[in-house]
Amino acid sequence: MSSFSITEPSSRSKWVAGTLVILYAIITMLPLVWIIMTGFKSPSDAISYPPKVVYEPTMEGYVNLFTTRTRQTEEYLTANPPETWADEIVRQYDMVIVGPSKFGERFLNSVIIGFGSTFLSIFLGTLAAYGFSRFRIPFADDLLFFILSTRMMPPIAVAIPIFLMYRNLGLSDTHLGMILLYTAVNISLAVWLLKGFIDEIPTEYEEAALIDGYTRFQAFYKVVLPQAATGIASTAIFCLIFAWNEYAFAVLLTSATAQTAPPFIPTIIGVGGLDWPAVAAGATIFLLPVMIFTIVLRKHLLRGITFGAVRK
Amino acid sequence: MAQIVIKNIRKEFGDFVAVKESSFTIEDGEFFMLLGPSGCGKTTTLRMIAGLELPTSGEIYLDGEDIAQRPPSERDIAFVFQMFALYPHMNVRKNLSYPLVSQGMPRAEIKAKIDEVAGILGIQDILNRPVGGLSGGDRQRVALGRAIVREPKAFMMDEPLGALDAEFREHMAEELRALHDRMGATTVYVTHDQLEAMQMGDKIVVMNNAVVEQFGTPREIYDKPATMFVASFIGSPSMNFLDFSGSVAPEQARISLSGQDIAIPSMREGASGELAFGVRPEHVNLSVDGAFRGRVLAAEYLGTTQIITLETPNGELKARIASDRKATVGESVGIDFRGDTVTLFERSSGRALRSALNEGVLGHG
Repeated sequence: MSSFSITEPSSRSKWVAGTLVILYAIITMLPLVWIIMTGFKSPSDAISYPPKVVYEPTMEGYVNLFTTRTRQTEEYLTANPPETWADEIVRQYDMVIVGPSKFGERFLNSVIIGFGSTFLSIFLGTLAAYGFSRFRIPFADDLLFFILSTRMMPPIAVAIPIFLMYRNLGLSDTHLGMILLYTAVNISLAVWLLKGFIDEIPTEYEEAALIDGYTRFQAFYKVVLPQAATGIASTAIFCLIFAWNEYAFAVLLTSATAQTAPPFIPTIIGVGGLDWPAVAAGATIFLLPVMIFTIVLRKHLLRGITFGAVRK
Repeated sequence: MAQIVIKNIRKEFGDFVAVKESSFTIEDGEFFMLLGPSGCGKTTTLRMIAGLELPTSGEIYLDGEDIAQRPPSERDIAFVFQMFALYPHMNVRKNLSYPLVSQGMPRAEIKAKIDEVAGILGIQDILNRPVGGLSGGDRQRVALGRAIVREPKAFMMDEPLGALDAEFREHMAEELRALHDRMGATTVYVTHDQLEAMQMGDKIVVMNNAVVEQFGTPREIYDKPATMFVASFIGSPSMNFLDFSGSVAPEQARISLSGQDIAIPSMREGASGELAFGVRPEHVNLSVDGAFRGRVLAAEYLGTTQIITLETPNGELKARIASDRKATVGESVGIDFRGDTVTLFERSSGRALRSALNEGVLGHG
């Protein structure tokens, strides 16, 4: 006889749920796997039809991503034998490496702007959320609504005013400008999410610290922050993902010094024909930081998504 | 060790008045109870003494120094929270050391101090355990340990037994009182449980609707209530009130209740109008031929005593009598009162009238 239990799902529903989850995982992961695979293909393999699943991996895409190359004469090529494995790869096309590409720089810009704005959003967001959560602030509800309302339209709707403003303030194409812009967009999300987390922390903990001889700031720093770590981690992931992937403002406001990776990667296509392996290589490398950041914080993220569900 | 004097303290939250001008004195070494129903302002008062709330007006003197507007860190007062509020990200030892670290005490001294406190409370075995897995009683002990470890001038306790199971509460109450007797530190304890207050307290302040109703020893508060609220809040079943209208004059020692002559303590003030005759159930006795008569409505058997509910011309009345006296529902009985224990109240204000019984005790906060 089959037994019925409220907490333990039946083996059939487990089987169905498991299949659905695996199917969903395959659907979402497939493009990712394809991008990673394409990064290691030769240009001809990348565009072959039917698509190749089994192929000879090559680093060509990565070499093309990180270098600028030029075609050379036969004499030059015989006079200068290849020195590195990367040289060997480009020699197939009678080319030599003449220097690094801009990708490294753009990638570094993405790191500076993405993590910089995430840090700033979290820093300001935590302080604001703590203030809203713990103190009697005049018009607190209206202020919170105002903060939320900044997210009620797509940020790109204000692109033109921001473009003009940034040009006049000299913030166009600067790291600071982009950090401030992404922080401004993220801060409302950060305040609201973090306020939820901080509201969950009983005030008695801080009061105990106040009684134990600590100042309000020490109590915040030593007692509230460790308790809010979960919320801070998951909020940081959301902020980073937005800043990291943002494309429209990056195209509009950056061109040289502060250009991030998203607007740069498509430009690779134009450099030497449709170099899909180099684009895929760029996308793969671009994915890594967010992936690592999320994996490092995933324990917190899981608790963060289900917050409020288990606390008494 | 310290004396705490509360003078005309008042606390408003926006338009809401949590505590109205209240004054009382907590003597050095006293176990002092703040008693009242929920929302009466007792916890706010405690939090003001500890510095977690700043009073809107009024003074709080700790050993003669006005500390009303100082931050909690400058008061040297410990606080035990109802939910204990142990730092969840630290183990027991770290929780105990936290108040000492803030004072900049050297490590070796901290360790010695913690070992000493752990010995007093019997928590040596759990010092390295995380606080998350502790039982209610152990959490309570750690919370107490964190309070006593730095030897503060006074302890504030906000319903510290409220989170424990009933059976364990009794035990912890004894432990707490023993600890207080051993350390002799001034303790202010908030509770809504009148039994707990009577059992543990040296003195009690009864609060209701943001005001201090009465302040005195448990015996004074029980025997000589200053208001009808105190009389009904303390004691189970509570004090009986028989309504009558009439007037009393100073030195008068008898009143007339439904035409019957009844003894009362000699009055020290006069009053007239709607009055209430207050008498505790244990000071009511049943007789066969008493002149003041009532009808038995119900009898509750409680072992050594029984509670008889009676209907009288002046309202319902409960009597606590020996359980061997037979009382049948519907029976008409005579009712005697122990005259020297009676308190008369003014119905409109709920205030007790001064008499030979409560002279010198009465005084509103």
